[in-house]
Amino acid sequence: MTDSKYFTTTKKGEIFELKAELNSDKKEKKKEAVKKVIASMTVGKDVSALFPDVVNCMQTDNLELKKLVYLYLMNYAKSQPDMAIMAVNTFVKDCEDPNPLIRALAVRTMGCIRVDKITEYLCEPLRKCLKDEDPYVRKTAAVCVAKLHDINAQLVEDQGFLDTLKDLISDSNPMVVANAVAALSEIAESHPSSNLLDLNPQSINKLLTALNECTEWGQIFILDCLANYTPKDDREAQSICERVTPRLSHANSAVVLSAVKVLMKFMEMLSKDLDYYGTLLKKLAPPLVTLLSAEPELQYVALRNINLIVQKRPEILKHEMKVFFVKYNDPIYVKLEKLDIMIRLASQANIAQVLAELKEYATEVDVDFVRKAVRAIGRCAIKVEQSAERCVSTLLDLIQTKVNYVVQEAIVVIKDIFRKYPNKYESVIATLCENLDSLDEPEARAAMIWIVGEYAERIDNADELLESFLEGFHDESTQVQLQLLTAIVKLFLKKPTETQELVQQVLSLATQDSDNPDLRDRGYIYWRLLSTDPVAAKEVVLAEKPLISEETDLIEPTLLDELICYIGTLASVYHKPPSAFVEGGRGVVHKSLPPRTASNESAESPEAAPTGAPPVEQPDVIPPQGDLLGDLLNLDLGPPVSGPPLAASSAQMGAVDLLGGGLDSLMGDESEGVRFSPFMSPSLSPPAAAVPASLGAPIGSGLSDLFDLTSGVGNLSGSYVAPKAVWLPAMKAKGLEISGTFTRQVGSISMDLQLTNKALQVMTDFAIQFNRNSFGLAPAAPLQVHAPLSPNQSVEISLPLNTVGSVMKMEPLNNLQVAVKNNIDVFYFSTLYPLHILFVEDGKMDRQMFLATWKDIPNENEAQFQIRDCPLSAEAVSSKLQGSNVFTIAKRNVEGQDMLYQSLKLTNGIWVLAELRIQPGNPSLTPLQLSLKCRAPEVSQHVYQAYETILKN
Amino acid sequence: MIHSLFLINCSGDIFLEKHWKSVVSQSVCDYFFEAQEKAADVENVPPVISTPHHYLISIYRDKLFFVSVIQTEVPPLFVIEFLHRVADTFQDYFGECSEAAIKDNVVIVYELLEEMLDNGFPLATESNILKELIKPPTILRSVVNSITGSSNVGDTLPTGQLSNIPWRRAGVKYTNNEAYFDVVEEIDAIIDKSGSTVFAEIQGVIDACIKLSGMPDLSLSFMNPRLLDDVSFHPCIRFKRWESERVLSFIPPDGNFRLISYRVSSQNLVAIPVYVKHCISFKENSACGRFDITIGPKQNMGKTIEGITVTVHMPKVVLNMNLTPTQGSYTFDPVTKKVLTWDVGKITPQKLPSLKGLVNLQSGAPKPEENPSLNIQFKIQQLAISGLKVNRLDMYGEKYKPFKGVKYVTKAGKFQVRT
Repeated sequence: MTDSKYFTTTKKGEIFELKAELNSDKKEKKKEAVKKVIASMTVGKDVSALFPDVVNCMQTDNLELKKLVYLYLMNYAKSQPDMAIMAVNTFVKDCEDPNPLIRALAVRTMGCIRVDKITEYLCEPLRKCLKDEDPYVRKTAAVCVAKLHDINAQLVEDQGFLDTLKDLISDSNPMVVANAVAALSEIAESHPSSNLLDLNPQSINKLLTALNECTEWGQIFILDCLANYTPKDDREAQSICERVTPRLSHANSAVVLSAVKVLMKFMEMLSKDLDYYGTLLKKLAPPLVTLLSAEPELQYVALRNINLIVQKRPEILKHEMKVFFVKYNDPIYVKLEKLDIMIRLASQANIAQVLAELKEYATEVDVDFVRKAVRAIGRCAIKVEQSAERCVSTLLDLIQTKVNYVVQEAIVVIKDIFRKYPNKYESVIATLCENLDSLDEPEARAAMIWIVGEYAERIDNADELLESFLEGFHDESTQVQLQLLTAIVKLFLKKPTETQELVQQVLSLATQDSDNPDLRDRGYIYWRLLSTDPVAAKEVVLAEKPLISEETDLIEPTLLDELICYIGTLASVYHKPPSAFVEGGRGVVHKSLPPRTASNESAESPEAAPTGAPPVEQPDVIPPQGDLLGDLLNLDLGPPVSGPPLAASSAQMGAVDLLGGGLDSLMGDESEGVRFSPFMSPSLSPPAAAVPASLGAPIGSGLSDLFDLTSGVGNLSGSYVAPKAVWLPAMKAKGLEISGTFTRQVGSISMDLQLTNKALQVMTDFAIQFNRNSFGLAPAAPLQVHAPLSPNQSVEISLPLNTVGSVMKMEPLNNLQVAVKNNIDVFYFSTLYPLHILFVEDGKMDRQMFLATWKDIPNENEAQFQIRDCPLSAEAVSSKLQGSNVFTIAKRNVEGQDMLYQSLKLTNGIWVLAELRIQPGNPSLTPLQLSLKCRAPEVSQHVYQAYETILKN
Repeated sequence: MIHSLFLINCSGDIFLEKHWKSVVSQSVCDYFFEAQEKAADVENVPPVISTPHHYLISIYRDKLFFVSVIQTEVPPLFVIEFLHRVADTFQDYFGECSEAAIKDNVVIVYELLEEMLDNGFPLATESNILKELIKPPTILRSVVNSITGSSNVGDTLPTGQLSNIPWRRAGVKYTNNEAYFDVVEEIDAIIDKSGSTVFAEIQGVIDACIKLSGMPDLSLSFMNPRLLDDVSFHPCIRFKRWESERVLSFIPPDGNFRLISYRVSSQNLVAIPVYVKHCISFKENSACGRFDITIGPKQNMGKTIEGITVTVHMPKVVLNMNLTPTQGSYTFDPVTKKVLTWDVGKITPQKLPSLKGLVNLQSGAPKPEENPSLNIQFKIQQLAISGLKVNRLDMYGEKYKPFKGVKYVTKAGKFQVRT
């Protein structure tokens, strides 16, 4: 007698039959009928028509029948809300039942019924259940709050359930604590700014105690919650680590990985000299390896996380290479991940083993895997110099197999090996050329063309080879077309006499017959370059390329740090921060690793900023325009050695110069059909499009917030200088972080910059350019960074500015768009400068003149402002402002109030007159009244901000 | 948290769905089917799939896909572990985790799922607790129920649910008190062409079957606990005792459970009990090849190696194989998977088992690049290959004298020989 019989009836009269059975007097028949209904429901049949009949069965003392009816209700209440109301009374009654199982079941089920009318009735029973004497009911009720919040968040807040839930974190029963944490975490996820889980050492202690006693699932919730806490110093971090480490031996892999996350994060705070640090490192390896003996699905997630961990702390698994060796019957997704980690762990010590394995894999059956294995051999060659020779010979062996996709992959990686070890392995070019005809994938073709172009002088028939590609030019992919164009230009520069025809052919193909703007643009640039100055062309196109870096496809350190905070989550599987993929982009708070602190230093923790809003609003960064500039020349060979490492510095210099001057004329010549991306060159771009109009106000206030925070270190010899703010975060600029401020001293304006290299490679060739702006600010000298900037180094630079640049009105007025370039890329950002850097030294107006001007300027140009919380006397105000070139012309006392009359002049000759009214005695109550008069009233707002800035610091 | 669950069989029918929050349409599974189609082989379906509005996390167990739908950032391991736990529970309740078994017990399945997860949060996943809430089906009980009209749902709160030892129910009573431990070790190894070991490690577990009355407190100690440096424990084990004394001290769950699992990886400790001599070759430009393998004992500690099976995935161009075994029998599936299976039995050192003969290849096709790997299964009774030995088992807290027993067995895990 099995339930499968319920599946068999599909005939039409079924519903009527069931209806009759449900209304039967016999208990047993009723139950059987409900079971049939449930069975139909599970396979997706619509049995909602039976709603009233099933609900009628609800009032029973048979627990199984009750449960079955509840199951049905949860499924269909939504479609029958009016009928569902009928069930409410039974629910409310059940919530008072002496049996805790029934109380819990009732409140649990009510929470699952997503009908507004029912939820209203839920509040009272839920409130009681949250305070129930039985922990089983309390823990069920805690989850119910999360359910209710999902249905009606406002209701939960109004009813004060959140506070009750917070109290449950201190409950005596560990299961209740765990469920409260789980519910709060889920609620917090939809309210990232709410301060639901404010953890302090006491609550942490509670959680750590509960951690030892609750179920495995509860442990996961608690560990994930712990990971969001930032200990106040290294001692606290260590003590938490000590209490979390036993979880590494748990049989549930999710518990293990959550514990690893907490440890990886808090380790960041421990000093590396500490004995405990070393112990912890040793303890982390075995559990990670153990995860790999679990089911393949678990292995996959574990491997994705190990990939992150290996990048962050390679020392943990450096001796465990062998566990990543691939078994032939591993699922493909496990194989590919293992391979990736093998390469990351490859070092001089184990390279022989790794290569032997890779060669084995390259003869396997699975095409994707074989390709990746071949690529991996190339990456080993680049990573471990000693192995390069062996890798190249292995690759040549593989090429001899003539298996088409193996050959193509091998050629792609050999191209990278050439880049890494120039003039070493070119002898193999002949072998490569033999396989020219078999290449049918764009990447392999492009790689081969690059090789031919690069070594054109050593390949006798280079022109013939390239010409053969040219025949089907329009059928090639863009990648190949671009590469072919560059290769032929290279060939021409190397052997100009024989190849003139060829180069003309390709240039005309690229510029006249192609629809692809990238290709056309590049064609024009080459054309122009070759026709105006072949020597320069040679310098640009044949420039020496920088070496490619060892580790390719590493995750950017800033992103890696963020991802480490997300170990074990979906983010760690996708290697993207949640903000990049979480549905709806609900403002996800960026997590960051805690800074390393010693116990006696008090450090501002990054997460201490309570609302999740950073204290300074970051200036919007204009989105980087791909690698357009880096792309312009011979650099479009794609992965694995993508963008940054490939960028040829000097070549790029050329490109920037070109854009500055040459293109204008080029555009004049060829006005038709030459379209440029708006951001290619700041001087070309219409700026308004780049910056959202709303940018001004929030940033303005953001800046003044910042000024409020700083304790006034008034710089009396010159204008007030704001502390440096981050203008360009490293995440948006491939590892370059720029922070800065503006100063004015003895008549000269400068921009004080701090450049920090947070990438893995050395940065060189810095340059800066401003877009046109309201006051014609422009760099008075080039950006001088004398030494290359090595990773983790910063440099401070003061860039002198003048105001003779070209002028264009910006919105807001004091907006400045800046482009900074280095060997990696060009980055754009915009910032707001305080207006007082533009107040000139001869801004003192004659008294008579002042009076006349004041009268002369129409009243509608007068603007009124209030400056609050400025407890300064008239004298102090006057002298403070004088430091920033705001001059007091007269002072009067009217009806007990001090009146100051002031003038100032901007660099472009605009005069601003001011009347400042100060109530002596109680400045905190009465704000300063500021009236500004100016012929260009749009500056008033900014002058007022400057006033406020100066006076409050 | 976990939003919904779909159970899908091999032919792609969704035969059960369960929603813990709002209902998610079945059509979300189309993304899964798409991925399945791409993966070609069922084992290769990626476990995490993203769709425009949901994430699908799936496991493949016993020819069934368990596909869960999630909507928020949830630890995927959490979901995967939970799905395996669901499959384990079905196995435990119905004796097998198959479509037929699930359909036969669909109401219990539904009740179980409801009991295991609440709003996506795991509620009760311990088999001990679940069995108190929902009684497993037995023929006897269903007969009794249908006569007496009683139900198979417990109506008291499970005792373990809230105590500090949630894994054990109270009031356990047996007439025969027994405690059995199985030490099972599996050797994972990759052996290269020349017979040297590329990689080897031992995955060990100690499975327990405890039928003891009351609240027994057990201590299990080993002769050589130092072998165990990488261990995962059942939650019942007191971690501190292990850290300080290397003794497993615990109040056991009732019934069958996995006490610990461990890994021994240091190369010199992993003995390789068998060797394979092989010669597999395909001739260039002729439609045949040679196949010859012989198996012999290596470091087998004087025990008999039995239950040997050799599985070989032959290259696609192999049409048929014509072989002669000296013992056992072989089968070759020439149509779909090209798998050769040789059921060898046990090794007698006097006459080593071998399998040799000819391989027919598709004529005209190029000779296969790769040589197939051999997958070997074997079993050695009464031996834990790592040398792990249980010293003694003590019981506190109860007066009776239990019957105790330890069994050792070593098996091949993923044991592969490259040719």
